[in-house]
Amino acid sequence: MTRNQQLNLVLTDVTLTYPDGQSRLTALDHVSLTVPAGATTAVIGPSGSGKSSLLAVAATLVTPDAGRVVLAGTDTAGMGRDEMTALRRGAVGMVFQQPNLIASLTAAEQLEVMAHVDGRPMGAARERARALLDVVGLADVSGRYPHQLSGGQRQRVNIARSLMNDPAVLLVDEPTSALDTERGAAIIDLLTSLTHERGTATVLVTHDTAHLGSVDAVVEVVDGRLSEKVLAAA
Amino acid sequence: MFVAWRDLRAARGRFALMGGVVVLMTLLVTLLSGLTAGLGRESTSGIADLPADHLVFEAPTGDQDVSFADSVVTAEQRRAWEDVDGVSAAEPLSIATTKASATGPSASATGDAARSAAVSVFGVTDGSPLLPGGARVGDGSVVLSTGAAEDLGLEAGQDLSLAGRDVVVAAVADDASYSHTPVVWASLADAATVGSGSGIADEQASVIALSTSDDGSLAAADERLGTTTVTTSAALAAIGSYASENGSLQLMRAMLFGISALVIGAFFTVWTIQRSGDIAVLKALGATTRYLMKDAIGQALVLLVAGTALGAGLAAAVGVAATGTVPFALTASTLLAPPLVLIVLGALGAVLSVRRITSVDPLTALGSAR
Repeated sequence: MTRNQQLNLVLTDVTLTYPDGQSRLTALDHVSLTVPAGATTAVIGPSGSGKSSLLAVAATLVTPDAGRVVLAGTDTAGMGRDEMTALRRGAVGMVFQQPNLIASLTAAEQLEVMAHVDGRPMGAARERARALLDVVGLADVSGRYPHQLSGGQRQRVNIARSLMNDPAVLLVDEPTSALDTERGAAIIDLLTSLTHERGTATVLVTHDTAHLGSVDAVVEVVDGRLSEKVLAAA
Repeated sequence: MFVAWRDLRAARGRFALMGGVVVLMTLLVTLLSGLTAGLGRESTSGIADLPADHLVFEAPTGDQDVSFADSVVTAEQRRAWEDVDGVSAAEPLSIATTKASATGPSASATGDAARSAAVSVFGVTDGSPLLPGGARVGDGSVVLSTGAAEDLGLEAGQDLSLAGRDVVVAAVADDASYSHTPVVWASLADAATVGSGSGIADEQASVIALSTSDDGSLAAADERLGTTTVTTSAALAAIGSYASENGSLQLMRAMLFGISALVIGAFFTVWTIQRSGDIAVLKALGATTRYLMKDAIGQALVLLVAGTALGAGLAAAVGVAATGTVPFALTASTLLAPPLVLIVLGALGAVLSVRRITSVDPLTALGSAR
């Protein structure tokens, strides 16, 4: 099976609750989601509906109370924290809502640190970082620090960083929230094209439905439940 | 240390300030260590450099500790100690502090006022191995330490007065001092004369200096002879001024070490809190806690090693400049031990503070999790 035929992200009957005073609040209620390689699935819904919780579970940042999470063919059930971290490092790329760039690192170093964390040779990492910055149109600003970049440029660095480890799954959290309409549309287009080119399974969490024309599927989360109604499909 | 080096570069102002604190703390504690050792030498070198491994004191009464000032051992006790198994030599040593003045034609010929100085008179037998460099003393002739000779402006063959008793300088030998006064070696009789207020009579001594091949019989001999025997190094505590002075300085040193560890720990606590956002992002991106701890502790060690090296270098320069003016001992132990202790304690403080890395939740990198 080629990468584009794999089901890179499979959530099955996932339930996640948080403590809320004396009781528990259900953030995800028996959610199932399958994202194949090379496809972008947008997750929409109002604030507090459970979108970010869905992303956190898929990223192995939290362990659900019930249900299964399979990432790049690996079932996370019973995994320890270090195993989860290693799986996340190798199989998951994350694009944060805020770019979350590290102030002391240049644009290129934001990407290179991913290889360093993974213990890979830095010479090859520098080449790959340069190539990825070129892909997102930032080759000429690779030596700039975050405060020397525009909001759109920072978000592009954020995206390039998420691809540094060639992830099977790309989890994207509200990537356009700090951008104007034009730049927001450009970012969504960039993400969907990269998804197709690289064969990642991309989950795009957003409350902005204006730029979803290029995604492959859209699902809605309301009160922790995934809507069965698919709002749009490419 | 990928991020750590770049943090050091990007936040160089903050790290320079903290590094400056480390430099100053190292300078202060190293100078204090050199001064403590130098003052200690001034108090103890006359005893510490004795060619003896044990000193016999008069047994103190009650729960008092042995003291050079209070101890008087008799000639009978000394002779009895010579016969104790394992004792190869038992030499009497009496100690008295008095005033010495340069006298005679040589002193007045210069036209200067005769010099005087407080000295410690070490009374020994003629030919005693306790005398430095094979020098000899007899009634009316003394051996000056170099410090005493410099203070009094005297050379061999010149005259001086010891507590009103005229004696001649037989030789000038090694440097030695006791309780911050230079040592003058004299005969037991002369020492008894100049130290008449100390209660030590002729043929008596303050202590007996032992050279032993086996210390197994010392405790039984002490019991039998009414004495207390301690090692030469332990006997330094019996010098009254040294015990109190050294104790105060060591307390100051210990407090400085503690303060340094706290300051460094506080800095890295604040620094870790400030960068907890970056830590959360790195964790979310797959960095392990071990990776992040190594990065942070490596950063602390760079700061500590660089700061202490610079501080110790400055202290060495100050020590060289101050030698001869103040009693500063510039040795490997006074120069290297304080920075090493600071590095260890600072690293401990840093480890305790960066431990909070373990509690940073990578989920916070996502913003709201709901």
